[in-house]
Amino acid sequence: MTFNLTMMPTTLDAGHLGLALLAVVLLILWLVKGNSAANTDTKAQPAAAPAPTAKPKVESTPKPESTAASKPAAQAAVQLKEITPDTALQLLSLLQQEARFVDFVREDLGSFSDADIGAAARVVHEGSQKALNSYFTLEPVRSEDEESRITLAEGFNAHEVRLTGNVVGKAPFTGTLVHRGWKVTEVKLPKLAAGHDTRIIAPAEVEL
Amino acid sequence: MNTENPGTDDLSVEQQDAAGSASRYAVGIDLGTTHCVLSFVDLQDEDAQPDDGPRLEVMPIPQLLAPGTIDEKWQLPSFLYQAHESEISVDDLALPWSQAPVIVGTLARDLGGKTPIRLVSSAKSWLCHGDVDRHSAFLPLNSPEEVPRVSPLDATGLYLDHLREAWDYWHPETPLSEQDVTLTVPASFDPAARELTAQAAGKAGFRHLTLLEEPQAAVYSWIEASNGAWRDQVGVGDIILVVDIGGGTSDFSLVAVTEDDGNLLLNRVAVGDHILLGGDNMDLALAYRLKAKLAQQGTQLQPWQIQGITHGCRDAKEALLADSELAAVPITVPSRGSKLLGGTLRTELTREEVQQTLVDGFFPQVSISEHPAQQTRSALARMGLPYAQDAGISRHLAAFLSRQHAAASELFDTDTTNDDGEAFIRPTRVLFNGGVFKAPLLADRMMSIINGWLRDAGSPEATLLPGLDLDLAVARGSAYYGSVRRGQGVRIRGGIASAYYVGIESSMPAIPGMEPPLEALCVAPFGMEEGSEVEVPGMEFGLVVGAPVRFRFFGSTIRRDDEAGVLLDYWEPQELEELPEVQAVLPVEGRTPGDVIAVRLASRVTEVGTLRLEAIALEGGQRWQVELDVREGQ
Repeated sequence: MTFNLTMMPTTLDAGHLGLALLAVVLLILWLVKGNSAANTDTKAQPAAAPAPTAKPKVESTPKPESTAASKPAAQAAVQLKEITPDTALQLLSLLQQEARFVDFVREDLGSFSDADIGAAARVVHEGSQKALNSYFTLEPVRSEDEESRITLAEGFNAHEVRLTGNVVGKAPFTGTLVHRGWKVTEVKLPKLAAGHDTRIIAPAEVEL
Repeated sequence: MNTENPGTDDLSVEQQDAAGSASRYAVGIDLGTTHCVLSFVDLQDEDAQPDDGPRLEVMPIPQLLAPGTIDEKWQLPSFLYQAHESEISVDDLALPWSQAPVIVGTLARDLGGKTPIRLVSSAKSWLCHGDVDRHSAFLPLNSPEEVPRVSPLDATGLYLDHLREAWDYWHPETPLSEQDVTLTVPASFDPAARELTAQAAGKAGFRHLTLLEEPQAAVYSWIEASNGAWRDQVGVGDIILVVDIGGGTSDFSLVAVTEDDGNLLLNRVAVGDHILLGGDNMDLALAYRLKAKLAQQGTQLQPWQIQGITHGCRDAKEALLADSELAAVPITVPSRGSKLLGGTLRTELTREEVQQTLVDGFFPQVSISEHPAQQTRSALARMGLPYAQDAGISRHLAAFLSRQHAAASELFDTDTTNDDGEAFIRPTRVLFNGGVFKAPLLADRMMSIINGWLRDAGSPEATLLPGLDLDLAVARGSAYYGSVRRGQGVRIRGGIASAYYVGIESSMPAIPGMEPPLEALCVAPFGMEEGSEVEVPGMEFGLVVGAPVRFRFFGSTIRRDDEAGVLLDYWEPQELEELPEVQAVLPVEGRTPGDVIAVRLASRVTEVGTLRLEAIALEGGQRWQVELDVREGQ
């Protein structure tokens, strides 16, 4: 294999696509965890006095989080968030169903031509796009053009913007916007039945 | 007549309190061939200003997307899947309100893609198919014996059950059975199919029901979306042509605009035939075109790959039709196994293929005088749905406009005959509905064909009425209709869009080898309004107690002037369309079997919107219902 570090990719190839997807998936997982952990906390509150909400039946519905909610409650003082694998597994399952994500990543690309990889990449790309659009509302963190100069005022949100390079002095900081960032403004994952085994990302299929 | 317990099926939907007082919401349900949508208006919305139009919402419908996965969607696919007992774990079928007794919606459609023998689809088309007993459980058709069967009526009821449960989940204080529900049916549904739809709704627990024709619902949706501006978009003398192409059916209607006391009035003056031809046919046509192309290149497709290609064609078609710069869109069908690379099939759909297959195939540029070939059904045809044999939607439309050339002549003086002597009604406005018209290319093509006809006839071109949400308009329009029924707002006048006749064998000396000539007695005149009733004068029948009597039954969307009691001894073949037979049975209770009772016929259009035929005893005035859908073995 030859390496040419000066070459810039002109098209979206399968390798980069996979990397990008992985990055997005990890980002989403992280965000989802933030959300669902917050949710389970509120869910863990005593449900003795049912508030007159729009859908009071929700309490009677077994929620996937509720089984897991008892564990982290005991360790509320710990700094790290306890992550239940259910939502991660669910997302993996959705990406596998819609985009054949696991199939693709688990495959050895070595022996295949770019045409073959390209054909498979389309499947992964179309499906992942569909999944992302269905379950997440994404928007860039910064609306400015990349490679343009921007200024960060004092008190900017360090979660949203990461400083790199010559990080010295005090805000306001002026620098080049390298990546616009992504943030999820809305997550709308499907609900799971209580008895559903999330570890089965894709069931084996037997045709009779 | 239902001999065991006459009329029980109908009681539930007849319990209409005219004011519908308890209902807080006006609910509209689009019960489509391929999708159902539910929309609603809060009639007691406290924030609403008096001048505002009603605020419409579409209900998200929780449903299974995959085993154990529940999500909300605007549309509930109208599919039912009869899972094998060891196919899916019961735990994976939980819905927010209960365990699903059967699988309907997205999961049903997806599972059915791989196991078609357990899938029930197109129940609505079966509901208006007169050659089968629609109460008997025969779906899925041609499946192995151990697969449980349901009737088209039951399947429809299960979709409505799901919608009712979803509603009650979101609105536990105001159950759907207590709300005013408007259910849409194709304008071309015959009286029996309407009656069956009402029965299915009654069984599903809907107690305040009204039926509304789908193209009318589209017009209501346009009125609602225009925010009052619709009065600027049409004027007196306009004729609105509604072209509604759904997933499985195409439906046409004509609405004429008149004036009364300075207010614009809308009159639905004509509806078209039931045409089983829609958007799904188009995707399938493209898939088979690609299959042929691949076969030429030496690749034979497996059945499961055709399904993948059909899916791919749907997206590719939309991309190609939306962007005129695109020359081709690649379509990939992933392998079935876990090895994605190498096994993935790749082909492409080109602009030319879409143009030839869809645009020229389904919307051919034809003259107004080119009509679909008459369907002659072979007696040996396998039992199945009567799909349209001519895919040319423009030919079906030309036939409709020609046949209905006189539809508006009572309302205004219109010249409908052109120089060649071709008579057809000239629409001045066009309203499109259905997902097919999301493609601007197809909408433009349809408009250019219609305007071509108008130009050739020396008439001004028609304009397109804007502003419909093509997927949700029917549901939204029916909810809006539910709210205008209660208060102010424009209502489309119409009544029944067909006159109905029973066949009478004329009494004359028998001639060997000749059937006695048939006469047609008009029992329900064209345009009868909801809630009205006519008795058929002149003709008396002797019904034998306990013995069913069947009548041939006919409908005509063209003969507008026949009063009840008119006896036709001659008609043009295209004037009267034969419908499934109707049957009268006088129950034995309290009478001697074999007695003959003299009756007269009467017809009534119920508040629900269904047609009732009744036999009334000349002595005593007792009434019996004449069944519009005759069940086998009765």
